Amino acid sequence: MRRLNSKKISFLFIAFFLITTFTTACSNSSANKVTVMGSSAMQVLAEQAGNDFHKDHPDSNIIVQGGGSGTGLSQVQAGAVEIGTSDVFAENQKGIDASKLKDYKIAVVGIIPIVNKGTGVKDLSTKQLADIFTGKITNWKQVGGKNLPITVINRSKGSGTRSTFEGLILGKQKPMKAQEQDSNGTVRKIVSSTPGTISYISAPYAKDSNIQKLSLNGIKPNEQNITTNKWQLWSYEHAYVKGKPNKMTKEFLNYLLSKKVQNNLIPQLGYISINAMKVTRDSNNQVINN
Amino acid sequence: MNLENNNKENLKDVVNQALEDQTIKHVKLNKIGPDKANVDKLTKPSKETRQEYWGKGLTAAAILLIIILVVSIIGFIAIHGLATFTQNHVNPWKFLTSSDWDPGAGKNFVGAAPMIVTSFAVTLFSAIVATPFAIAIALFMTEYASKRGSKYLQFVVELLVGIPSVVYGFLGLTIVVPFIRNIFGGTGFGILAATLVLFVMVLPTITSLTVDALKAVPDHYRKASLALGATHWQTIYRVVLRVATPRILTAVIFGMARAFGEALAVQMVIGNAVLMPSNLISPSATLTSQLTSQMGNTVMGTLPNNALWSLALLLLIMALFFNFLVRLIGRKGEK
Amino acid sequence: MHAKTANKIATATIYTLVGIVVIILIGILGNILVSGVPHLSWHFLTSEASSFQAGGGVRDQLWNSLYLLIITLVISIPVAIGAAIYLSEYAADNWLTGLIKTTIEILSSLPSIVVGLFGYLLFVVQFHFGFSILAGALALTFFNLPTLTSNIQQALEGVPQTQRDAGLALGLSNWKTIRGIVLPAALPGILTGVILSAGRIFGEAAALIYTAGQSGSIISFTNWNPFSPTSFLNVMRPAETLAVHIWRVNTEGIIPDANMVSAATGALLIIVVILFNLGARILGNHLYSKMTAAKS
Repeated sequence: MRRLNSKKISFLFIAFFLITTFTTACSNSSANKVTVMGSSAMQVLAEQAGNDFHKDHPDSNIIVQGGGSGTGLSQVQAGAVEIGTSDVFAENQKGIDASKLKDYKIAVVGIIPIVNKGTGVKDLSTKQLADIFTGKITNWKQVGGKNLPITVINRSKGSGTRSTFEGLILGKQKPMKAQEQDSNGTVRKIVSSTPGTISYISAPYAKDSNIQKLSLNGIKPNEQNITTNKWQLWSYEHAYVKGKPNKMTKEFLNYLLSKKVQNNLIPQLGYISINAMKVTRDSNNQVINN
Repeated sequence: MNLENNNKENLKDVVNQALEDQTIKHVKLNKIGPDKANVDKLTKPSKETRQEYWGKGLTAAAILLIIILVVSIIGFIAIHGLATFTQNHVNPWKFLTSSDWDPGAGKNFVGAAPMIVTSFAVTLFSAIVATPFAIAIALFMTEYASKRGSKYLQFVVELLVGIPSVVYGFLGLTIVVPFIRNIFGGTGFGILAATLVLFVMVLPTITSLTVDALKAVPDHYRKASLALGATHWQTIYRVVLRVATPRILTAVIFGMARAFGEALAVQMVIGNAVLMPSNLISPSATLTSQLTSQMGNTVMGTLPNNALWSLALLLLIMALFFNFLVRLIGRKGEK
Repeated sequence: MHAKTANKIATATIYTLVGIVVIILIGILGNILVSGVPHLSWHFLTSEASSFQAGGGVRDQLWNSLYLLIITLVISIPVAIGAAIYLSEYAADNWLTGLIKTTIEILSSLPSIVVGLFGYLLFVVQFHFGFSILAGALALTFFNLPTLTSNIQQALEGVPQTQRDAGLALGLSNWKTIRGIVLPAALPGILTGVILSAGRIFGEAAALIYTAGQSGSIISFTNWNPFSPTSFLNVMRPAETLAVHIWRVNTEGIIPDANMVSAATGALLIIVVILFNLGARILGNHLYSKMTAAKS
């Protein structure tokens, strides 16, 4: 027993180094490996699509990771992953050379302002919404609600949702300093339980009866209004590829853009198919009718 | 080589001499005879010495591995963290004292003061709240409870370590935050909520290390004190706790370390607003909460990203500061 | 008289504080178990997680958690024991040793996300491991080593000096004394350290998000070839653990039964930690009585 101890320890050391060297050697060889990384919104979509894709292509190995849009873009730029997913245009992300990346727009997602149920407000004008987030309006009674102070929950700086929201609603105005939350799920939980809160989340997360979705200028955030840009708060889900994609990456991107995914999976998840859009938007928020 | 042979010859002479000098003959040595003394074997390192080398080498390799690890992590963080000052030319003084945090807007908006204050406050408060409880539990386990009772208590306390911080965060969000909101008003998010959540999270760490500290106090100290007619409490307060103080302080450092580095749970209940905290229930942000929520949204090598690494570096330096502080107190306590 | 009153007050205070903590502990554990256990079912344990429909399970996550825990412990325990022995038995009491001890303590206060990112840039990107169990295990080792080392060191230092003197008096080498006498005597303390760190590993999410990954890639439990990408034994595949699963379901999951899945997973996690805790204790007691003369 006692004699075994030191032998055991040295054995483990050796085994560990062997494993490390061996795996380092063989991990580079898998040509069918496609790593998708970035936006958490795209993660669910890519993961499910990857699993379905694997059924048709048993030799494929699709690895899907989150980590945020910034991570996705910087990793695809560095060549560490095959596909980098993002909620924002690469052109709008500092430190990214967009000319080196090829953009595949996979889907569209609506962004919906939400408030706690006790505010008594169901509709705001764009101006009012902007004034709330810049701190000019501080009580719900100023916008026709109850006498209740407004608590703004903003989204994390640099996140795709926030960039889109600020670009479209605030324009050049600077948002007030407020609480910030990173994830849709946490924001939803906080807004549903804290009186007087307002925030905004991606459409797939807004299917919750414990929060109040807002309409803007009387327009409801439904699919119809988003596809025609009457509801302006929406963003693309991008998949970026650096240089020429390898065969499996190309096939997977084609699969994501195929009718099978666009007409079934994407609407099921609460996103809007890229084919349904009647307008396109560029990185400067210029909208062009198709 | 020559010298060695010479030495060996000398040794042989010494052995022979020793054999001759014996007044009472040693049976075994006599049997071997003076010429058969195995000098080679005598001059070689013994089995024990070889074991010693082996053991020392093995453990030194392990510590070396850890040192390499520590140096590489610290170096890594320092390189990234200092880039804010060397590449992006942020003024270090401003970094520490300004409360304007918006690194995306440029180098004049990198002020970490609110986060430094909040991190300090949260860590300190949670340690202050948790330490009396931890000491009470530890005393109960070592000085009061039966062996079985203390085993159960220890089991439950250790179980708390295994609960993921996300779960603590959500418990905080659904129980602590509304509770504070109902009693003190405001939104409920802030330093107080974070303190209460961290209190539970650091409790197991401080408790189990304090138990170890108390157990290490030799039993005869207690017996001596009781024999002098001291009450149970006098024994604990005047003897046991005094002896265990340095190690209890180490336990507190570890607890504080955990509180300091905790991110996911704090992020959910602190409110995550980079504002100088005006009171205990106003939303604020700690170094870790900013680090965690922002990391994924920044691009490696840009100012916002480097600024976050600077926060990590700051965290490291502050941990260092805490450590020295407590060591100083510990040294004073020993005197 | 005064001393006796003080004694009574102190005892009452201690009992009250312990009472409060016990209530909090039972409240927390009860909350998690009561809200989670009703949702635990055989189906939940044996089916795959779902991306967006209701009714997913945690089979893969459960296995990944256990596998990752085992690999991490296999890597970190020998190193931690070695380092702790060096620090407590061999190292001279000088500034260098002090510095090492301090750095180890400081390292344990690093937020796990920083460790995770370090692991990500080093293993995942630099060494081309990709998102993998191995990268995750190494990151967890980083994160775990400081705490484990100092816990074990404390356990070793808690062994009375007389034990060592006795060993040396028998003519044993220092190393043999450590291995044969000090280590077995410190076993209960070492075990506590291991259990504590195992709990931390099990509940860790932030360090794993960027290393072991957060993906539900398909794995097959009938594929015993550890080099096949779909095998459950492969250390080079990405793996989502229970804690990461809870984090993801709560923050970005869009499954309709997110609350239920998260509650059930939380309860499952606690139950696994309890089982691990008990198992380690039984094993420890067995080893302790086998390796020392103590009767327990």
